[in-house]
Amino acid sequence: MSMTRREFARMMGLAGMAGMLPLKGHAAGRQPADLYEVPSFGNVRLLHMTDCHAQLLPIHFREPNVNLGVAGARGQAPHLVGDKLLQHFGIEPGGIEAHAFSYLDFNDAAAQYGKVGGFAHLKNLADRLRDSYGREKTLLLDGGDTWQGSGTSYKTRGMDMVKACNALGVDIMTGHWEFTYHQEEILSNIKAFNGEFLAQNVFITEDALFGSDTDYLFDDFSGRVFKPYSIRELGGVRIAVIGQAFPRTKIANPSRFIPDWSFDIHDKYLQELVDQVRAEEKVDAVVVLSHNGMDVDLAMASRVSGVDLILGGHTHDGMPAPTVVKNSGGETLVFNAGSNGKFLGTLDLDIRNGRIQDFRYRLVPVFSELLPADAGMQQLIDEIRAPHLDWLNEELAVANDLMFRRGNFNGTFDQVICDALREVGDAQISLSPGFRWGTSVLKGQMINMERVLDQTCLTYPETYVREMKGSELKLIMEDVADNLFNPEPYLQSGGDMVRVGGFDYVCEPGRQIGERISEMTLDNGERIEADKTYKVTGWATVGAQSEGPAIWDVVAEYLRDRKEAQVDKLNTPVLKGVKGNPGLADYANQVLS
Amino acid sequence: MSMNRRTLVKAVAAGGALMGLSVLMPRAAMAAWAKEAFSASEQSAAIKALYGDDAPAESAEVILDAPDIAENGAVVPVSVSTGLANVESMSIFIENNPSPLAVQFMIPEGTQADVSTRVRMGKTTNVTAVVKADGKLYSATKEVKVTIGGCGG
Repeated sequence: MSMTRREFARMMGLAGMAGMLPLKGHAAGRQPADLYEVPSFGNVRLLHMTDCHAQLLPIHFREPNVNLGVAGARGQAPHLVGDKLLQHFGIEPGGIEAHAFSYLDFNDAAAQYGKVGGFAHLKNLADRLRDSYGREKTLLLDGGDTWQGSGTSYKTRGMDMVKACNALGVDIMTGHWEFTYHQEEILSNIKAFNGEFLAQNVFITEDALFGSDTDYLFDDFSGRVFKPYSIRELGGVRIAVIGQAFPRTKIANPSRFIPDWSFDIHDKYLQELVDQVRAEEKVDAVVVLSHNGMDVDLAMASRVSGVDLILGGHTHDGMPAPTVVKNSGGETLVFNAGSNGKFLGTLDLDIRNGRIQDFRYRLVPVFSELLPADAGMQQLIDEIRAPHLDWLNEELAVANDLMFRRGNFNGTFDQVICDALREVGDAQISLSPGFRWGTSVLKGQMINMERVLDQTCLTYPETYVREMKGSELKLIMEDVADNLFNPEPYLQSGGDMVRVGGFDYVCEPGRQIGERISEMTLDNGERIEADKTYKVTGWATVGAQSEGPAIWDVVAEYLRDRKEAQVDKLNTPVLKGVKGNPGLADYANQVLS
Repeated sequence: MSMNRRTLVKAVAAGGALMGLSVLMPRAAMAAWAKEAFSASEQSAAIKALYGDDAPAESAEVILDAPDIAENGAVVPVSVSTGLANVESMSIFIENNPSPLAVQFMIPEGTQADVSTRVRMGKTTNVTAVVKADGKLYSATKEVKVTIGGCGG
């Protein structure tokens, strides 16, 4: 259940009568005259950012129009888009907040309100929110996916973002894409990071324990690679922050970069940790800083008790209000703070008598035209970018359509990537991963190399062209669809559906693995057959390094050649069984049922 | 004496190597190599060959720990423990493997019934632990997903 204003009022009524609600607070606060005048409340302020994907400068980021929830998640936050999302959270349509939280009228509204995020503007906002409250009573928490996603983070192996986060004043973080550098690089990045890097769910493998180079372990006996939690005294109270790194890192990303570490959800260990912290550390509140993804956080909140707040990320859901989850120990509030530096979650807590009495929450959008750039941060960003400007600024092609990625199926920018792969690789079929990062380019704007890197920049960018049987293609499609639509959140891996080029298909998300994908048909109308062989191209292979050129060079070659980028045919699937789903609107293909 | 985890693991490994010496003994000398059970291609046949009964009762007393999703299908960690008294043996079956019986642990009297190993699985499959205690069979089953990976957001 996520709290709308009306539900909140009802719960307040109930609580007032029965005194039964341990946690109560306002859902999305109404928009004040100044978007950035956040009134102070209580005695502790937690600032929460997540999944900025190394976007140091302001960008555009379009929220999805397809974010389907299946089974129990249908129609529940975060699986709401457009009007349904605005209605659920009581946000006025047409205003600046509606633009921030939804895809509606994106191109025009983005032109009107300008870009979002950027570390210099984020720094200005964070300082404002810390100074007005009293710095000593605040914490800035970063949910991870911070050190990857841009050309400069690629070139500096994440160190540019470590410097920027130090300048921003991040107190505590956890991670996911941080783990796509090599183990020793990750450890040296963490060493250079001024805050604490926490993860209760990353362990050394037993094989690696035999090696002689495991002195870096946080704890030899438990096998924890990183510190699991931190206790902070703020505003006269003690708060435990537990880190939860992305549990599927070795499955979703190359395990070869981090051979010695093992990840999982480990809610049993989390429960032990929460019980231990509550018994031994005299804390007034327990917070989990999580990179599970929101569906997993919701499930975990129902299974683990004693956690007051889960500040989550990974699935890039900009949720204006928390979801309240009941469990055997009471209630846990689950938050998710969006992506790309677009939002800064601002959570004020009234903590007295050993517990959270009340709270106020606002997911504050970072509109860079409304927030001055912090001069020191801007200087740092300029220094970081200076050696790479020729690379980043190369103009490639004009966008004839709005270019974006985020959504369960092909976005327009994905289609350009898929088209580029096919043309440059001379292949029938292309596959491109359904990452949730990747910024947007407005219609008529120039796509430069930096925008291509926003979509593609990871540490395993090599492309491949190879023969693949129809049956193998179907297997891949089914496997990825199951990682997205399995009704059991613990069996999802995050990420959206694999993007495809050169063929169409029918997708029925509500079915089981092996039955979701059907009628795979080449663009020329020929049905894809299980026993026939096709020439397939793609990138970002997790198993072993591919042979071909980096994906950004492939896309750049294609765009330089064309000078204009447009989508002639969007290979987004025909959908079945999702008609009326509140996670679907303005869909670009047929919805049969 | 305090022993850190690494030392402990190394000590266990050394002990394991010593125990491994028994493998050098002629096969004939090994009392109970359950050849039929280990080579059976169907799980129910393997259980029957090992225990003479192919339907052990599901029991909450059998604690089976395996990941929801395997990080690497070639080495999936599986642990089995139980609080049942007089445990004689514990075995692990991987239903979709060509030979489902992966391992049988003989538990000598007075030993804590808590074992852990690595198993290989090529695709998503049920993992079943069977415990024989006081002459009776108990089991627990969990599905482990094996995915081709990639596409993390």
